[in-house]
Amino acid sequence: MSTSAIAREILIVSIARLLRGTRHVAVGAASPIPAAGAMLARALAEATDEPRLRISILGSVEHNFFTNGSAELFDCAGQGRIDAFFLGGGQIDGAGNVNLVGVGEYPEMKVRWPGSFGSAYLYFTIPRVILFREEHTPRVMVKSVDFISAPGTSAPDVWRKGGPYALLSGRGLFMFDKDKPGFRLESLHSGQTLAEIRDATGFEFGHDENPPETAPPDAPTLALLRGRVLDELHETYPDFAAGLRAAIHGTEPQEITR
Amino acid sequence: MQDDLDRLAAYVISGMRVAVPVDYGGVPMALTRRLITRGEARDLHLICVPTGGLQVDMLIGAGLVAMVETSAVSLGEAGGAPRFNNAVRSGEVRMLDATCPAIHAGLLAAQKAVPFMPMRGLLGSDVQAYREDWKVIDNPLAEDADPIVLIPAIHPDVAVFHAPMADRAGNVWIGRRRELAAMAYASGTTLVTVERIVETDFMADETTAAGTLPALYVTDIAQAERGAWPHGLWGTYDPDSAELRRYAAAARTAEGFAEYMATTKGETAP
Repeated sequence: MSTSAIAREILIVSIARLLRGTRHVAVGAASPIPAAGAMLARALAEATDEPRLRISILGSVEHNFFTNGSAELFDCAGQGRIDAFFLGGGQIDGAGNVNLVGVGEYPEMKVRWPGSFGSAYLYFTIPRVILFREEHTPRVMVKSVDFISAPGTSAPDVWRKGGPYALLSGRGLFMFDKDKPGFRLESLHSGQTLAEIRDATGFEFGHDENPPETAPPDAPTLALLRGRVLDELHETYPDFAAGLRAAIHGTEPQEITR
Repeated sequence: MQDDLDRLAAYVISGMRVAVPVDYGGVPMALTRRLITRGEARDLHLICVPTGGLQVDMLIGAGLVAMVETSAVSLGEAGGAPRFNNAVRSGEVRMLDATCPAIHAGLLAAQKAVPFMPMRGLLGSDVQAYREDWKVIDNPLAEDADPIVLIPAIHPDVAVFHAPMADRAGNVWIGRRRELAAMAYASGTTLVTVERIVETDFMADETTAAGTLPALYVTDIAQAERGAWPHGLWGTYDPDSAELRRYAAAARTAEGFAEYMATTKGETAP
């Protein structure tokens, strides 16, 4: 068994840190790493007397507080009852704009993705929106998105309670500064260099001269993740949980996140 | 010979606006396959509440769809919706890209019989920029500048969904899937397929009445066992992930789609 955290575990731990102090986190369907991060944050909050953390996983029957249909999530977000949420993005640019619609000129785009889902509302209403995309390449992290599903910032007269908080990729963690506006590299994941990240990123970002490595979890946190959190995760994402267990125990080649 | 599904399918006429549910909400796949087999209702305008999946992809692949109003179409964990993606690229279907709460807002306006519903967010997005039917006004109740988007009421001609059960009086059990009620309130006609028809009266017991869509809003009902397959039905059966993946692979080409439809019978699912 690997005694140090593997790449996927570093992502889960990073998400749990970003969720510290939140009371209600919503997770989209088919998002096992954000769900695991939220479950770890909940377990850590219980261990340290922090406020109780609720998790709503969309499409899940067990992890769901909603009884008023699929509109309730959005009503709840508008009322300020959801503190954190995750957005992916086929393209993400340096201004925090997110594109979930496609590549090329709208509407007959050369690549069409599913669509904007709730992003054009949730980005305005949820204070900590964490942009999470494992693939960190120039085709994802672009200078300027081809279609703005949801804008990173708004003019001062536009009602806005939420927006981008952080960008977590397979290469590193960035925090968003809405006054700039732009991203600042907070830490590099193990094995990454600043030069590699710059080459993989289509937009400019702030950084220290020697950015630190993303801190690994301490032993109790890693034990919590490999115990209780993986058990909880198994109920909703059995395939993902089994794959992660196998990777931790070294029964499959450890993944290299690119 | 005409059966109950034919009777329901006959309500859907070319050019209608058809509201369809989210892929975990009770998708009437058996009815969808019957609409495709009949092939009479064409140039449909689909309104996904608030996203679409296999049902939308199949109707597009069968050439029955002119327009899609949605916040997304995908096959979930089976990946992108191949016939949808292809039809958008080629311009074969017109898109009205939305965002989930805007679809809910439009249906709510219809439910309230008002012309529009104001909605936060959206400003500065291309979703809003491309929707000429959405209007931005300055909040008339605010002292300072406060732009806000108006979403016009969405009036589907017909709503279709699948649910676990109906009673003999035509009441339909929808449990906590309240968006199915929202679809029905907003639509002129509501067609429901169910797993079974039961003898108890849902309205006679408070416990079931709270999760019931009353017959007042339901136009017609047909029984279709495993009628959501290969999608799942909440509280009843899980999605058939292997079948969804099989479809996703087959439907990458028009020929593969045609072969899948010819060889996979939707209504006699295992």
